[in-house]
Amino acid sequence: MSTPTLEKKSDGPARSEDATPYITVTFRLRRFNPEELEEAYWEDFTIEIDPKERVLDALHKIKWEEDGTLTFRRSCAHGICGSDAMRINGRNRLACKTLIKDINPEKPITVEAIKGLTVLKDLVVDMEPFFQAYRDVMPFLVTNGNEPTRERFQSAEDRERFDDTTKCILCAACTSSCPVFWNDGQYFGPAAIVNAHRFIFDSRDEAGEQRLEILNDRDGVWRCRTTFNCTDACPRGIEVTKAIQEVKRALITRRF
Amino acid sequence: MKIHKYDTVIVGAGGAGMRAAIESTKRSRTAVLTKLYPTRSHTGAAQGGMAAALANVEDDNWEWHTFDTVKGGDYLVDQDAAEILAKEAIDAVLDLEKMGLPFNRTPDGTIDQRRFGGHSRNHGEAPVRRSCYAADRTGHMILQTLYQNCVKEGVEFYNEFYVLDVLLSEVDGVRKTAGVVAYDLASGEIHIFQAKSVIFASGGNGKFFKVSSNAHTLTGDGQAAAWRRGLPLEDMEFFQFHPTGIWRMGILLTEGARGEGGILRNKDGERFMEKYAPVMKDLASRDVVSRSIYTEIREGRGCGPEGDHVFLDLTHLPPEQLDAKLPDITEFARTYLGIEPYTDPVPIQPTAHYAMGGMPTNVQGEVLLDNTTVVPGLYAAGEVACVSVHGANRLGTNSLLDINVFGRRAGIAAAEYASTADFVELPEEPESLVVAQIERLRESEGTERVTEIRKALQETMDKNVMVFRTEQTLKEAVDEIASLRKRYKNVSIQDKGKRFNTDLLEAIELGNLLELAEVTATSALARKESRGGHYREDYPDRDDVNFMRHTMAYREVDEDGEESIRLDYKPVVVTRYQPMERKY
Repeated sequence: MSTPTLEKKSDGPARSEDATPYITVTFRLRRFNPEELEEAYWEDFTIEIDPKERVLDALHKIKWEEDGTLTFRRSCAHGICGSDAMRINGRNRLACKTLIKDINPEKPITVEAIKGLTVLKDLVVDMEPFFQAYRDVMPFLVTNGNEPTRERFQSAEDRERFDDTTKCILCAACTSSCPVFWNDGQYFGPAAIVNAHRFIFDSRDEAGEQRLEILNDRDGVWRCRTTFNCTDACPRGIEVTKAIQEVKRALITRRF
Repeated sequence: MKIHKYDTVIVGAGGAGMRAAIESTKRSRTAVLTKLYPTRSHTGAAQGGMAAALANVEDDNWEWHTFDTVKGGDYLVDQDAAEILAKEAIDAVLDLEKMGLPFNRTPDGTIDQRRFGGHSRNHGEAPVRRSCYAADRTGHMILQTLYQNCVKEGVEFYNEFYVLDVLLSEVDGVRKTAGVVAYDLASGEIHIFQAKSVIFASGGNGKFFKVSSNAHTLTGDGQAAAWRRGLPLEDMEFFQFHPTGIWRMGILLTEGARGEGGILRNKDGERFMEKYAPVMKDLASRDVVSRSIYTEIREGRGCGPEGDHVFLDLTHLPPEQLDAKLPDITEFARTYLGIEPYTDPVPIQPTAHYAMGGMPTNVQGEVLLDNTTVVPGLYAAGEVACVSVHGANRLGTNSLLDINVFGRRAGIAAAEYASTADFVELPEEPESLVVAQIERLRESEGTERVTEIRKALQETMDKNVMVFRTEQTLKEAVDEIASLRKRYKNVSIQDKGKRFNTDLLEAIELGNLLELAEVTATSALARKESRGGHYREDYPDRDDVNFMRHTMAYREVDEDGEESIRLDYKPVVVTRYQPMERKY
C-alpha cells in the first residue's frame, strides 16, 4: 500500500494553480426565436473565460451577463442528466462535459442545436419524437410466471453482458448525430436500439423476441449504415454501433 | 388558461415522484407535472447505493439499520419513521430488482452490498456491508428503472411544466387541497390542475450554496410554494455537506469511494480520520467527516498552495477495482481535474449536498399544517419532505432508500384518499398569485440582475451558513439575505417572451432560494447547540434538554404586508433509543 509522498501530492493542485489566466474566446451561437424572427441566424459573443471551464459555463456567462434571452437546457452540469447535448464545433457533445481548452479556443467555437429534431428556440429542440422511439421498443423488464420471494438471481457474467447499454442517459447525442436519422425521422435511431439492447441481453428478461420484431421493422435496425457517428458522439462512452450490430446479429441467429 | 382535472397530481419526476406515480397510476387517474424531463432529475446523480439489511454478504438486520439511522441523525430522527424506513428497505430493494434494476451481483448471483458511512454491525461495532449498488451509478439506475416502469404503466407526464403554487380551499373551517398552478415552459401558458390529492416530490434546495453537488434546477420550488401558502417548514437549519466534492466545483465523488477503501489524507499524507473517528475512520458519518476536513484545513494541514482542500486517495486500490466499482467518479476526476486517480490523489472539499429539512409530513406522507394537524389531500416525499428519517444528519444511501419507501407510501396514500374524497372547489381566481408573480417579473423595469443577487446569496451562504456557524455569522447571513430580498423586488429580466423563457424561470427560482435561505439562516440562529449537520462554534455541545426537538418555521404576514418568520418546536418521536453520546 503506497502512501503518496509530499512531492507527488503537490503536483495535483499545482497544475491548477499555475492556471493560465483568462483567455478571450468567441462563441458563435445559432440563434432562433420564432417569436422575434422567422429565420435562424448566427450571433457572436466574445467573452473572457478560464479555458479549464466547461462550454456550459461559457453559455451561462453569456446568458447571465450579456443576453438573458439565450435559451438552452441544462441541469446537473456534470454529464449525468443528459439535458445539454448540443452540436459544438460540428460534433455532438454535452456542453457540461466539454472543456473549452479541449476544443481549440483560438478559433470561434460554434454551438448549435442537435440535428434532426425540430428547433423550438436557440439550442432547445423538441425531444418528443426521440422519447417516442424510446417508448416504442418496450424499454422495461418483462417477465412471466410467479415472482420469486427474494431477488432474481443473475450471475456477474450475465450482468456484465448488458452493462454498457445501461449507461445511457437519453441525451440524444447519438440519435441526432446519425445521418440516417437526419434524412428520415421515422428511423428508431441509435438511442432506442441501445435501450432495446439493454433488455434483449438481460438474462432476466423474456420479451427479447418481441423487441427484435419491433426492430426488424422497415424503420428498425436494418437502416443502420454503420457510420459510427453515434459511438463517437456518446458522452457515456457506450459502444453504440457495436450494440446495434449485436441486435442485428440476434435478429439473424435468434440467439441472445 | 387551461383547467385540467385529475384525482392525483404529482409534482416532480425524480425518484420519489416516479415511485409514487407507479403506485397512484394503478389506483387513481394521475398526472405527473415536472419542470424537467423525468430522466433529467437529480436522483440520477446519486452514486453510491441504497441501504437495506438484506444480509446477502454478511450478518445484518433492520434493527441495526434503524439504530444507525437514529444515531447518524444525532437523535433528532423520529424513531417510528426510521423503523419503517429500515424495515421496508428490504422490500424496496427487492421491488426495484423485480422492476429490472441491474444491481451488481455477488458470486452467488444475489444483490451485492458494500460499506458506507455510518452503517455498522451491532450498534457501532464495525462497518457493515449494507449498501446495494450498481457500480457508482445507483441513482442513475434507479431513475432509469422507475422511468421505464412509468412507461410500462402508462403514467401520464406533463414535461417542462413548472408548478408555482399549491391551491388550498377552506371547507367548513378546514384547509383542504384543491390543486396546483403550473407554468408551461414551452408556451408560457398557465394551467390549473384541479386534484383531490397532490404529492410534492420536487426535490431539494441546495442551489443557495455556491459549492454544491446540486443541479442548477434544485431551487426548492415545492418548499417555497408551500411556504408562501402559510405551511410550515421543519428543520431547515440542517443541511448536509458531503465530505468529498471535487475541489472548487462541488461535483460529488461518492462515499462509496471510501467504502471501497479510499482514504482521506492531509498535506502530510496523514490519514487524519483516525484521530476523529477511531472505529469507523473514513466511514464516519458525513457531518463528522466534513468537520474533520475543515478542522485540518483551518489548522494548516490542508493541501495545495492555499491549503484549502484535502486529498481523496485511491492510488492503493487496484485499477480493476476502480474500473468495476467506481468508473464514473474516476472519469469525473479525469474530465474536470485532468487527474488520473490510478496514480494521483484527488483534491476534494466538502460540498453542499442535501436538505434534511423540508415540508413536515407524517409516515403516510401527509403534509402537516402544525405539529399534529394534516392538510387533507396534501402529501410530500423525498428531499422536499421532512418525515423525519434523517434528523440532523442523513446517512449515505438512506436518501435513495427514502425516495423509494416514502415515495411508494405517499403514492398509495394519496390515491386511496382520492378514491374516497370529493373534489374541493377551486378558490376564486386560482391563477392570481402566479399571474401577478410572472407579470411583475416580465414587466419590471428594475435595475437589479438575477445573476448578481444569486451570486451574493451563494457567497453569504457559503461564508456564513456552512459547516461552522456562530451567532455572528448567522446574523450576518440573516441581514444580508433580508437586503437581497429587498433588492430582488427591483429585479428585471431581459427575455420578455413567452416561448421557453428560461430567463424568467431563473428569476422565479431565485425568489424561492431567497425565501428558503432566510428560513434556513433564521432557524440556525435560534438553535443554540450543535447537532449533526448544524455545528455552532459558540455552542459546541448537543443540548438535549433544550433542543432535542424539531424546528417548525412559519411565515407570518402582518396587516401592513410585512413578512416575518415565527419559530416553534415539535417533539422528537423516541421509541427504542435514548440519546447517547455520538462517537464513531
